[in-house]
Amino acid sequence: MTGPQSPPGTEPGEPGPAGPAAGSTEGPTLRVEHLEITYKVRGQDRPVVRDVSFEVGRRESYGLVGESGSGKSTVALALVRYLARNGRVSGGSISINGLNPLAMSGAKLRDLRARTVSMVYQEPGRALNPSMKAGRQIAEVFQIAGLDRHASFERAEDMLRRVQISDPGRVMDRYPHELSGGMAQRVVIAMALAAEPALLILDEPTTALDATVEAEILDLVAGLRQEMSTSVLFISHNLAVVAKMCDRVGVLYAGELIEEGPADQVFSASRHPYTVGLLRCIPRRGQRKDTGRLDAIPGFLPQPGRVMAGCVFAERCSLVVDECRNEPPPPFAVGAEHTARCYRHEDAAELPRTTLADQSLSGQAAPLTEPIVTIRSLNKTFGSGDGAVLALRDVSLTIMRGETLGLVGESGSGKTTLARALLGLIAPDHGSVMDFDGVALAASLRGRPLEQLKALQIVFQNPDSALNRRRSVRWLISRPLHRLAGLTGSRLAERLNDLVRSVRMEQRHLSLRPGQLSGGLKQRVAIARAFGGGPRLVVCDEPTSALDVSVQAAILNLLADLQAKEQVTYLFISHDLGVVRYLSDRIAVLYLGRVMEIGPAEEVFAGPHHPYTEALLSAVPSLDGQRTERIKLTGEIPSAANPPSGCVFHTRCPRRLTTGVCETVEPPLDEVEPGHFISCHIPLDELRQLQLPGPAAQS
Amino acid sequence: MTADQLTAAPGGAAVAHAYAAPPAQWRLLLRKPTFLIGATILGFWVVCAVFGHLIAPFDPLAQQLLNKNAAPSGAHWFGTDPLGRDVLSRVIVGARDILTIAPLATLLGAVLGTALGLVMGYFGGVIDTVLGRLVEAVLALPVVIVAFLFIVAVGPSSLTLIIVIGFIFTPLIARTVRTAVLVEGQQDYLSSARLLGERPGYIMIAEILPNVLPVIVVEFTVRLGYAIFAVATLSFLGFGVQQPTPDWGGDIAANYGLLGAGYWWETLFPALAIASLVMALNLVTDSIEQVLSS
Amino acid sequence: MTRYLLRRVGLAIITLWILSLIVFLAGQVLPGDPGRAVLGPFASESAVRTYDHQLGVDRPLVVQYLGWIGGLLHGNMGTSYTYRSPVEPFVVAALGNSAKLALLALIIIIPLGIAGGVLAALYSGRAIDRLISLGGLAASTVPEFVSGIVLIIVFGIGLKVLPITAATPPGTPLPDQLEHLILPVIPLVLVLFGYIARMARAGTVEALDSDYARTATLKGLRRGTVVWRHVLRNSLLPTITVIATQTGYLIGGLVVVETLFNYQGIGRLILNAANGKDFPMLEAGVLVIGVVYMVATLIADVLYTTLNPRLRVAVNS
Repeated sequence: MTGPQSPPGTEPGEPGPAGPAAGSTEGPTLRVEHLEITYKVRGQDRPVVRDVSFEVGRRESYGLVGESGSGKSTVALALVRYLARNGRVSGGSISINGLNPLAMSGAKLRDLRARTVSMVYQEPGRALNPSMKAGRQIAEVFQIAGLDRHASFERAEDMLRRVQISDPGRVMDRYPHELSGGMAQRVVIAMALAAEPALLILDEPTTALDATVEAEILDLVAGLRQEMSTSVLFISHNLAVVAKMCDRVGVLYAGELIEEGPADQVFSASRHPYTVGLLRCIPRRGQRKDTGRLDAIPGFLPQPGRVMAGCVFAERCSLVVDECRNEPPPPFAVGAEHTARCYRHEDAAELPRTTLADQSLSGQAAPLTEPIVTIRSLNKTFGSGDGAVLALRDVSLTIMRGETLGLVGESGSGKTTLARALLGLIAPDHGSVMDFDGVALAASLRGRPLEQLKALQIVFQNPDSALNRRRSVRWLISRPLHRLAGLTGSRLAERLNDLVRSVRMEQRHLSLRPGQLSGGLKQRVAIARAFGGGPRLVVCDEPTSALDVSVQAAILNLLADLQAKEQVTYLFISHDLGVVRYLSDRIAVLYLGRVMEIGPAEEVFAGPHHPYTEALLSAVPSLDGQRTERIKLTGEIPSAANPPSGCVFHTRCPRRLTTGVCETVEPPLDEVEPGHFISCHIPLDELRQLQLPGPAAQS
Repeated sequence: MTADQLTAAPGGAAVAHAYAAPPAQWRLLLRKPTFLIGATILGFWVVCAVFGHLIAPFDPLAQQLLNKNAAPSGAHWFGTDPLGRDVLSRVIVGARDILTIAPLATLLGAVLGTALGLVMGYFGGVIDTVLGRLVEAVLALPVVIVAFLFIVAVGPSSLTLIIVIGFIFTPLIARTVRTAVLVEGQQDYLSSARLLGERPGYIMIAEILPNVLPVIVVEFTVRLGYAIFAVATLSFLGFGVQQPTPDWGGDIAANYGLLGAGYWWETLFPALAIASLVMALNLVTDSIEQVLSS
Repeated sequence: MTRYLLRRVGLAIITLWILSLIVFLAGQVLPGDPGRAVLGPFASESAVRTYDHQLGVDRPLVVQYLGWIGGLLHGNMGTSYTYRSPVEPFVVAALGNSAKLALLALIIIIPLGIAGGVLAALYSGRAIDRLISLGGLAASTVPEFVSGIVLIIVFGIGLKVLPITAATPPGTPLPDQLEHLILPVIPLVLVLFGYIARMARAGTVEALDSDYARTATLKGLRRGTVVWRHVLRNSLLPTITVIATQTGYLIGGLVVVETLFNYQGIGRLILNAANGKDFPMLEAGVLVIGVVYMVATLIADVLYTTLNPRLRVAVNS
């Protein structure tokens, strides 16, 4: 993935509308030296970025990775002088094309922003002015450069063509809210590249997008970078995305650049215990809950702005020695252009595991065949008349006792709707059948007896929203014990203590409110609440996607442990295929409210699979270094209010049959192998042939 | 990490968001000069309302027909009115009615409005639509006009004022509470509570209410200002506290016709009393709002 | 758009109907009977009864209501008990006078309030912001008659530079009329300034903090262009609605200001009618105010929908 590093002073790309980007074209495009940034909070200066130095060379793509609070976005905003009002650069220097933004103001700063550096943001929908048409927003960039109205609109349309929008004239005339997330991000990218800047900063550009859309945007950025020879600073929390997109990377932790080097080296031969630990937190291919637990990093991210005497990672590091606590480590050279701020960099790769690598946990190899939930012809329509949205259409599936059924799909696929219908939070359409343990489930919660309330519980995605912020942890965990388990007094207290221990929290947490807990602890409280009544099936709705990677692993381990201990069944919803694969026994793939494929996890991953599953799997960048050929999807995800005819996937399907059957006939969900169902007109053998050189077949 | 985050996760723009526990908020309040000034003036009027008769130099009802319309002097600092009553004493004692009626009316409106807002916001649907229509119809008229329509119908008294203003504030407060409840309605903790089999009443009172309480507190203080506005205005129009009971609005109404004759003190001092009261209240309200939102 | 407009007008009519019910019923609960109120305490019982019969107030409520509504629909607002002549000329004249005062207030307050709010937002947290925000808040909560009294004492009695009554004899030239309206208009302006400035400030602060304002700034646009083209366009939309709802408060203020400055407007008309138990006058006046308010909010809603592309599309589709 490491591109050849361009020597300094390579010829710049063709001149932009304003002539070549301002500043010198000698030396690196960006040089940051000993950057210090502080925020003033309640009258106190709190350092959030400390002694950060890095360079982005000509035509180079540099990745800045880090978890929340690491200061990566703060660095980016400092580069363009757009820190929050209470933030300031308190030390160090920045040089973009030889220009110093910190010393600039007024016209010079505007000129730098207009011609030399531009930015792409996390939420494209919000980055565009809601009351101005897309075309005009791009044209503005050319107008700043001095073009007249007509010419700038023409150039704007050209730019839209360059970001591969097939119908640029139409998009020019749209307001941002009429664009999908992916389309809006293309518009933002067109705007950012319009002035042909020397440096393009991408701040989590695909975090808010679906997997297949993310893959398209990443390909687009990679292509345009080559074409326009722009240097790129890529900021992300997603290690795999950075590995895919960047030549070199810097790892930020608590405001410090703790490791830096060529991307392949940092990710394959990490020399800082944090990087090593972080990579181990991510479930890899072949890792499954019944073969071992994930390796988690103990402890929590330090509070942003906390001043630490020694190494910022010392309190979570298992290699820590006295030196680490007293003196901040300098960057040690650990390889060619590879540095790590760690005294123990030589031993970092042998960081002891925090969990056993291959413990045999349950030994239950027997397939789980006894159904606990049976769903037949489940439909859910939101709204009525012309605006009716069919969120779920004719969904039939079973969930086996004790298994984990993974539910994957992009936004609008109906996975959350399915879970909420099962729980009774929304009533499905008339005629839908849901059985739990052989007993029919009433459509609404009010119609369900206590037994069923106890049996079905949920862990929500965002604990901030799932926990009442005005209540103490004690109250939050006690309430289900009282309501569902009917406990009071000392028996309640006893069970409370058990539960707190089993989610690995401490007594002292009980008196706190959610706002005083870290994200990981909050999710533990939510899990304790779900398990309080002794549930038999727990819906996990993206339980780790609001959490940092280092915290995610511990939560996944906890869920796996609880399942082994309590023999509970999971319906596990996630957009992260790695996570789903680690935890699931079987997987169902949803698209526009229909089940496209359902089967044993390994078979769904290994293939042959539905063309949509195939595209989804290939869209996800992997850290394993395998270059996979991506199955390119065309077009946008259709609206559920107006689904395509025939097979709902035909508008984007790369394997669509030429006979026209895909456009007209909806394929049935056929059992192609024992227990493995696919809804596709292409016969299994043909799918197998088509997908043979495909990516997932190799695993 | 605690809520004491400096940056949003993940990769969000750097926003400094300070978390302060309630005791710290109170300390912050006490350090604001605007709050201290407002609270002092407000405190003064509250003392006047409670102990007015003890503080006032004269009996506010005692007429001195030989000393009518006397300009401010050493004996009568604020002068006397057309019946020779001491204006200063009437201003001091006049604090009582307005400071009783306005808070009680606001309290009534807050209680009813909160109940209505919770129901509208939580249940939504038909209940919300029907109540929403009614609310809009009431709001279509200027508050003062609705109020005097009802007072004319029922006859003026302190109780009428409290009930009328309380009822008029009910839809206004309900609207604010409803909006806050709708925001809470999108939170998963309500689904979580429903999954424990909690009843709607319990969810509204034990789960939602604590979370919308800050909104209600701010709304109460803001409405209190408007209640004083309304009570004073209605008194001025003759629908409030009836003469001869000392009352700022009523005294102004009784004497402003004499302004042309140059007897300015009979109206200016009650007017300044009203102005100082509402401004003090607003200084306090504004400070509370700022501290709550910081 | 047409469908939206029809729906919106339909809702306004329903609201007006509810309003007419409220007004009518409120009128019915008024103590005392109109005949007695008009003829005075010394009139004979039979005279009062005859008079009541003439007025039709001895008919059943429903019949009275239907009669009244039917009349209204034919442009007949009824006959004043006090003046024993049709209500319309009084209402029309009063409405005209009030319109002069209200329009003058709006012409002053809309630009002033918006400018104040935007200025406060641009310098948020600084002294000028505190001054505008706190000053606006204070101004908006001091009752009109209080500021009016102070103005009369200072400018009319102390400095003797402005007339203290708003009423002018018929045929007074416009500049002189305006001079009489200066003092009455200031209390109205003070009260509205706070509301409008507050709303404009909140919208602008939010828009300045938005991601799209950041995008615009980082494009290299001038601050002025960012504010004018990207911020204000989005931030002032909600202010339109506020201005419309404030017409309600404005009319409430008119009652007070017209009384204080002795001006024959709709506010004083209603007040006098209420005190004189002149139901038809009262009902007509209140209903006219309701219509004015409805029309104002309707215009604001339509304006808001047309200017907001997000809603425009939703409405058209």
